[in-house]
Parts: sequence; structure tokens; C-alpha cells
Amino acid sequence: MTTLVRLRPTTPPRRPGRIAILGAPNSGKTTLFNALTGHRAKAGNYPGVTVDRREGDLQRRFGADGVRLVDLPGVYSLEPQSEDETVAVRVLEGGFGEAPPDGVVGVVDATTIERGLPLLAEAAGLGLPVCVALTMIDELKARHGEIDPKELQDRLGVPVVGVVGNRGLGIDDLGALVSSPWDWTPGPGLLHGAEAKTPEDRFGWAREVLGACRRQAPEPNRWTRRLDRFLLHPAIGSAVFLAFVAFFFQAIFTWATPAMDFLSGLMDGLADQILATLPDTAFTRLLADGVIRGVGAVIVFLPQIVLLFTVILFLEACGYMARAAFVVDRVMGWVGLEGRCFIALLSSYACAVPGIMATRTIPSPRDRLTTILVAPFATCSARLPVYILLIAAFIPADPVLGPFTWQGLTLTGLYFLGTGAALLSAAVFKRGLLRGATLPFYLELPPYRLPRPSDIALGVWDRAKLFLRRAGTIILAASVVLWFLLNLPRRPADPQLSVTENQRAVLEGSYAASAGRLLEPVFAPMDFDWRINVGLVASQAAREVMVATLAQIYAHEGEDGEGLGVLLAGSGEGGAPPLLSRASALALLVYFAFAMQCMSTLAVIRRETGGWRWPVFTFAYMNGLAWLSAWLTFVLASAAGA
Amino acid sequence: MDRTLADVADASDGRLLEIAEVTGTDADSRRLREIGFCAGAPVRFIRRAPLGDPAMYELRGALMSLRRSEARRIRVHRAGA
Repeated sequence: MTTLVRLRPTTPPRRPGRIAILGAPNSGKTTLFNALTGHRAKAGNYPGVTVDRREGDLQRRFGADGVRLVDLPGVYSLEPQSEDETVAVRVLEGGFGEAPPDGVVGVVDATTIERGLPLLAEAAGLGLPVCVALTMIDELKARHGEIDPKELQDRLGVPVVGVVGNRGLGIDDLGALVSSPWDWTPGPGLLHGAEAKTPEDRFGWAREVLGACRRQAPEPNRWTRRLDRFLLHPAIGSAVFLAFVAFFFQAIFTWATPAMDFLSGLMDGLADQILATLPDTAFTRLLADGVIRGVGAVIVFLPQIVLLFTVILFLEACGYMARAAFVVDRVMGWVGLEGRCFIALLSSYACAVPGIMATRTIPSPRDRLTTILVAPFATCSARLPVYILLIAAFIPADPVLGPFTWQGLTLTGLYFLGTGAALLSAAVFKRGLLRGATLPFYLELPPYRLPRPSDIALGVWDRAKLFLRRAGTIILAASVVLWFLLNLPRRPADPQLSVTENQRAVLEGSYAASAGRLLEPVFAPMDFDWRINVGLVASQAAREVMVATLAQIYAHEGEDGEGLGVLLAGSGEGGAPPLLSRASALALLVYFAFAMQCMSTLAVIRRETGGWRWPVFTFAYMNGLAWLSAWLTFVLASAAGA
Repeated sequence: MDRTLADVADASDGRLLEIAEVTGTDADSRRLREIGFCAGAPVRFIRRAPLGDPAMYELRGALMSLRRSEARRIRVHRAGA
């Protein structure tokens, strides 16, 4: 056994240390932060976009207690232009009512060291102790590059550790280093760089430092070049992209359905079990119909959510998302926005809330506001359950071409519809209300990397948890409130009628039905009846509540094992007529594509714009557009005989 | 003769260019310099986006995308010339 003798620093610090993690976007900061703190990226923060500072405690196994780490948004320099850069600089200078950090871990991508060093010189210029984490050294080696961290340490005069964040290599060394920032005695190298006044001088200094190291620059990433030639080819690249998108949406119908049917059977079984075993009281019915069937109708879409996020996270982690921004930047230019707006919009396909938070990376306030106002048009995952339920019920599954069916194509079309609405509205805003010059756009394109399946799995798990938590909170609450509104006032059961007929009578006379009928003048042009109107009002809380509403209304219709979709379409054996004509169903789909129906999004718009003006505006213009488009769809579809 | 990166990109045929200067003194030109497009840096045109703009450049070991309007601010000459 070896005995460890721990050397104490000469002046043992008595207060807990605070260490900031600083680096360019894409340098691997967040991976390091997670490895050092044992945290995983907070769900709600879209991967790759650290838009706020995030804090966590250094794991105790590295030997120190009470060291706090602050993960900063990625920045290229300490001259801030956008909101997230301002956050980073304010933390370093000691803002937010806190002292400046005790030290800075400068994260530098080993494959592009020359680009990472100037930022560290700027941090040293603020008088902060700096140490360096050299990430991606495995990739550097794979591309036949070489650098000796020890030698770089001598040249910089500050500690340098080589790490491979996602494999945990070098993390122990870095953890030990971070435990005692008081021991980082700055040498002359980095301080020399800190004297540089201009970017030219700083880059010149970086080249000098590297020139003095025995170093082999990495070869260009051959795989990336080859893949780009293919994926960014004008014709082939676009064809691959479109085929991929269509295939993906088809897969949502073809592959996720068995898993969904299984969950659906489980929920129905559970509800029936409760009704059969517990005494027949109002509470039992609330539990079975309001909670299990209502919330269950939303939970059954878990397989689709998992599939959606697996694909989104894979594309993001492998480097294709940045290429997508590169490809469509021209379109964004026509609209009057820049590529970063596109990245924020892309996040909004998962959920508009992190998407709107990601707009903090956009330097121009006008561009940022425009992006916030149009982000809710992106087809977020909350729309997916509504789309799938309605499409499965009202759009024929007839094949169109090869594996593609009308259902898959309709879903693809709805995604394009949301995207088109976002871009067109942005163009309108940028030409009128929010006119302004376009700022420079630069975007770093990371090399393609094969993501580790466990990273993707963890990310998908986070999103699945978020989805289930939503089902367990906001959707549960809305579903319970709805149950009362759908079942009150009580009326005595008519013994002449069957259970189903009695239930219909209660529904028809319920408070919800009265409210829904009150709205009939508004939605009658699309031929929506009170049941849809109730769903539309309820889904203002969250879009999925539409599905929960319909599940409750249809709880006592049909035979066992008949899915909700079958009942809505009127093809069940219970004899209930279809809920909607196909033209009305199309109108409803279009309404959901455009309408602003999400409390969380309105709340985040209020927070990010600092007032009620813009959330109210967003609500009004989106719902107005939704109504007009739904009506137009109904008229056109009716004329076409749908 | 110095030309701008936007002018010579397509004709450069993947040859290495050297940045002579970034014109302008505003925040935009400063940012271009901060991300590494500054005098003396070698830069190489890689490809255009499928719709013709922006373009991808290799700069200090990384791939950067710039729109034509920004590339026009960067004056370059043939490396070693």
C-alpha cells in the first residue's frame, strides 16, 4: 500500500472556491462541466447551447470540498456583442452581486489550439488565475497531430491538462487542479499574451507560443471533407435531406405504432380495472376517466417523443445541425435574419421554451425579438400527439410511393407548414415593425463526430422525463379540471337508457358543453362542434390537453380495444358518428400548426422581452392567423370534396 | 493586388490565401478579427453552400462559414506573394 501524503498549500484558503469554465463555442466546455460536477446538462437547456450560466459543485472525489464550478456560455472574445456573451463577461468581472471567480479553466480544443489561446490571454488580462484544459486530444491524435501538454504548460507558464471529456480521460488530473486554484502560479507566457491590445497581437502571440512547442498540426479531417462534399452538394445534399425528413415522419407512424398500441392497451386496461374493482363513486370515475384515460391518452405518445428526440439529438451531436444552418442561411438572409436565428428556431422544434432562450446568442435585439415572435410556429413536440391522433383518424393510410403513405406525407407537410409560417412572419416583421440592418454572421462548422449512444440515450431520457413530468403536472391538472366541467352538473341516471347513453346525456348537459356551445359562433365556419371548442379552450394550457379532452369525451364510447382514433373517425362499433368531417379535421390540423396555445411559451416570452406587450401580441397574431388559415383550409378542402 | 475574400474565393481553387486586412473599425470588423480573420492569417476557401451563399473557409484549423457581405470586408492576397 502506498501512503498518500497530502501537501497543504502554504496559505490554506478558508472560503469555498468558485471556478469559471471559459471557452469558445463547441470547445467541449459543457462535457467537462458535467464530468467534473457529475451533473448532466439540465433538461430544459438545449444541448450545445448554454444560454445561461450554470453552476455545480466539484465532485468530492477530486479531493476538495465546496469548490463551485460555473459553466459559461461559449464566447470568442471578452468584448461582448450578444446577451449570452455579456453574461460570461459579467461573471468573470464579478457581476450578479458576486465576487469574480477564484480561477478560470480555459477550455481549448486541441485540434484548433491557435484559435483558443487568445481568449485565455484576455481572461488573464482581467487578473484572473487561469489553467488550461486541452480537449479533444483523441481527435488530434486520430488526425496525426501532436502536442505535448507539458511543453505547452512551460510556454504558457500555467497548468495545462490534456483531457478527453466524454471518455473521462484526464478528468482526475483536471479535478485535482481545479481543487486548488491557489496553486496556479502564473508564469510569464500567458501574462505576456495578456498585454496584447488587439486581436492581431493576441493571435500573433498564440502563434509564437505554438511555434516554440514541438507540435504537429492535425491533418484536415478527411471524413468531414468527404461527407460535406456529399451532404452539402446542391442536388444530392438536398435530396438526401428531404428523403431523410420524409422517411423520419413516416417512421413515426410505421415504427412507433406498435409501442403506442401497447401503451394504449395498458392505460385502457388500468382504467377498466379501476372501474371494475373500486366502488362506483364519482371519485372512482374521476380516477379512471379524468386521470388514467385523460393523462394516459397523452402518455401513449411517449414512443413518438423518444423517436423524435433520438433523431434531433443525433443530428445535433454528429455535426449535421450546424450544416443545416449553413445550408439554409441564404433563406434566412432573404427573410432578413441570420443563421443563429435558425439555430434558435431549430431548438424550437423540440420545444419553443428552450428555443426562445437560445435567442440570447443573437446579437441584434431586433433579430432576437423577431425570432422570439416566430419561434412558436416551429412544430414543437407538444403538437405531435394532436397531429398523430387526428391524422391517424382522418387521413387514409393508403400508400403513395414506396414506404410513404398519405399519413406520413401529411405529417411532413405540417412540419413544412410551421416552418413556412415562421419564415414568412419573420420576413414581414423584419420589413415592417422590426426593420434593421443584418449583423455579420459567422458560424463554426464542427467536424462530423460519431456520437456515443450513451450520450444520446441520456439526452433522450431527459426529454422523456420532461414529457412525463408535463403529463403528470400541467396535463394532469387540466385533465382533472376538465373532468369536473364535463361531468357537472350531475343529473340522475335514466334507467331507460344504457350507461353510454346516460353518459352522453351528462356530457351534453355539462358546463363544458355550455361553454363549448358559447364558442360555436367563432368556430362554426370550420364546422367544429362544442367538443372541439372545449378541446381548443383547454389546450390553451398545453396543446396535448386536446388529446386528453377527446379521450375523456369518448371514455364510454365504443367497444373494448377500439382506439381513440377509431372512435373519432366514426368507424367504431358503438355507432357514434365521426367527430369531424375530413375537411374540418384538416382545418383543425392547420389551426394547431399556427395557434399559440402554450402558457409556458407565453411566460418565457414575457420574461425574455420584459413585459406583457409581446406575449399578448404573439397570442393575438398567431391565433388570428390560425383561425383564418383553418377557415381557408376548410373552404378549400370542402370545395375539393374532402 | 489585394482583393476581397468574396471576389477571389471561387477562383482561388483551394489555394492558400493570406489576409491583408479587415476593413472598417466598427464592432462587426472587430468581431471578424476576434474570431481569427486578422491580418497575416492564412485562409482557404472550401465550398459554397448549395444556395450560393454563405461560403465555408478553413481558418486556423477550423471550418468557418461567412456570408458574402462579411467576406467582402476581408482583403486577401496569395499566400507568400
